[in-house]
Amino acid sequence: MSWLLAAPLVIPFATAVLAFLFRNGPEGRWISVIGSAALLVASGLLMQAVLAEGVVAGQMGNWPAPFGITLVADLLSAVMVVITGITGLAVAIYALADIEERLEKLGYHALFQVLLAGVCGAFLTGDLFNLYVWFEVMLIASFGLLILGGRRQQLDGGIKYVTINLVSTILFLGGIGLLYGKTGTLNLADLHLAVQEVDNQGLLTVVAVMFMVAFGVKAAVFPLFFWLPASYHTPSVAVSAIFAGLLTKVGVYALIRMFTLVFTGDVDYTHTILLWIAGFTMITGVLGAAAMNDFRRILSFHIVSQIGYMILGLALYTPLAIVGAVFYLVHHIIVKANLFLVAGVARRIAGSTELSAIGGLYKTAPVLGLLFLIPAFSLAGFPPLSGFWAKYILVKASLDLEMWIIAAVALVVGLLTIYSMTKIWGSAFWKPHPAGMEPKLGSLTTRDRTALILPIASLAVLTCIIGLYPEPFVQFAERAAEQLLNPTDYVATVLGTQAGAAEGLAYLEGGS
Amino acid sequence: MELLISIMVGVMFATGTYLMLARNVLRFIFGLILISNAANLVIFVAGRLTAESPPLIPDGADFPAEVVANALPQALVLTAIVIGFGLFAFALTLVYRGYQSMGTLMSDQMRLAEPREEDQ
Repeated sequence: MSWLLAAPLVIPFATAVLAFLFRNGPEGRWISVIGSAALLVASGLLMQAVLAEGVVAGQMGNWPAPFGITLVADLLSAVMVVITGITGLAVAIYALADIEERLEKLGYHALFQVLLAGVCGAFLTGDLFNLYVWFEVMLIASFGLLILGGRRQQLDGGIKYVTINLVSTILFLGGIGLLYGKTGTLNLADLHLAVQEVDNQGLLTVVAVMFMVAFGVKAAVFPLFFWLPASYHTPSVAVSAIFAGLLTKVGVYALIRMFTLVFTGDVDYTHTILLWIAGFTMITGVLGAAAMNDFRRILSFHIVSQIGYMILGLALYTPLAIVGAVFYLVHHIIVKANLFLVAGVARRIAGSTELSAIGGLYKTAPVLGLLFLIPAFSLAGFPPLSGFWAKYILVKASLDLEMWIIAAVALVVGLLTIYSMTKIWGSAFWKPHPAGMEPKLGSLTTRDRTALILPIASLAVLTCIIGLYPEPFVQFAERAAEQLLNPTDYVATVLGTQAGAAEGLAYLEGGS
Repeated sequence: MELLISIMVGVMFATGTYLMLARNVLRFIFGLILISNAANLVIFVAGRLTAESPPLIPDGADFPAEVVANALPQALVLTAIVIGFGLFAFALTLVYRGYQSMGTLMSDQMRLAEPREEDQ
């Protein structure tokens, strides 16, 4: 089973090396596309194995858990890797037309693949320190992508992005140290058992809050999100699309993993904090978006507000709420990456992302209008698109708990999302172009047009499929939530059966 | 010994936080470097300190005869130092490039990506 787990890490790294070697020619970008397609296939195979067996775990270097580094995929990890593959492939194709040769020569494709490897690693690892390492892999690649090209605006956004993310990294590292000091283990499955035996649960809660802050910065929750709207609109469109789709979601994934598997000792305390965070994140994000006048900056603030919904699912901590969080996570990555890609096409044909400087897209490029409406309405939660079901499940979960206020907040934020989407629609699509330009998709070369529109259309179709046939996806999310809330399978698979663990220990002690 | 190092970690965290409150980005980074080293020491102390007993297994034996130093936190710290070194080298270069192109180190004046309303 090991190779299934290792493939989503090995493929992007190998692709990165090849893409770097061929960075001067046109081969580099095709290597990146082929590598991303291979990653998607590998993630599909992994998903198949996980669906058949429940949880798949492998010990790297054959050191028995909890001593070695474990790679483990349950349904949540597997679906996140699949979605990484889908977004990665979509953005790799989009990059064929979006990334200038100058950036390619600087190693764009290699950095992009390393980023994918880091993201997959973070989803698949079963070891806390290893998670830290994958976070760093992802972080250093994202640093490079963010400032690649070195425009002044990028450097400005980059400084804020880098410094705040480094603070989070250090808190994460400090938290790892303290948790190791209390429990003596770093294997997540082993931690699940070890934290229950710690005598001073209060100290564990302190460590839990440290992790909450560290992952909170990565996930861009209130009040730790300011690096995101400061930087996400500065790099190339392909870069901001992959960032918007995947990076913050790794933080959310880490929060979900830690606060369902390890820090469940004081749910009343930790998850109440998360509930407040969720509420404020939704509101501040959507209000920030309402105040912005740039296509990509509006979308950046919407990432923040949408993160709030996922945290809400985790905070409510009922089976239905976790189903909502998982469903939301999957739907959001597709929709958000897609919206950034649309913004990129709008900039390409209309000349800017500043809403006051563009217009007339509906009249001259109606196809783009349609392709914008699908993810935009899905984001706002219009039936029958995917966002409706995600919001519906979460609102129902909060109503079931009789938490009227947070349910109201979730609904109002949905309404306000429509407000800023109509703002984009009104300025970019309906009003005539201020410079009298007629932005047409036909102004692009056929090759560019295909590379730009194909990923957008595919992701939009995916959004519609999830929206129109939500049942298999909800059922899947239900199974994933069940695994998260009852991790016995996860723990047993990672540590092996009791006999297996004892054997491993005897093997180590006996040295035979 | 653990207590002493723990207090030192606290002092380093406090000094680092103080530096990070500055508007000057370079001071901020210096504070960050200090805190990152404090975090490394946290891991080191968390593994408990055992002086003068290297984790060596005598010839012919299968496990160490007496209590030995915990090698795992040392490996973790080593990894964290290497990663931290790379990140800070990058951060310092970035700040330098930022200073070259924006002409300032004050975070208040770095408003290119998010211009003030009246400047737009």
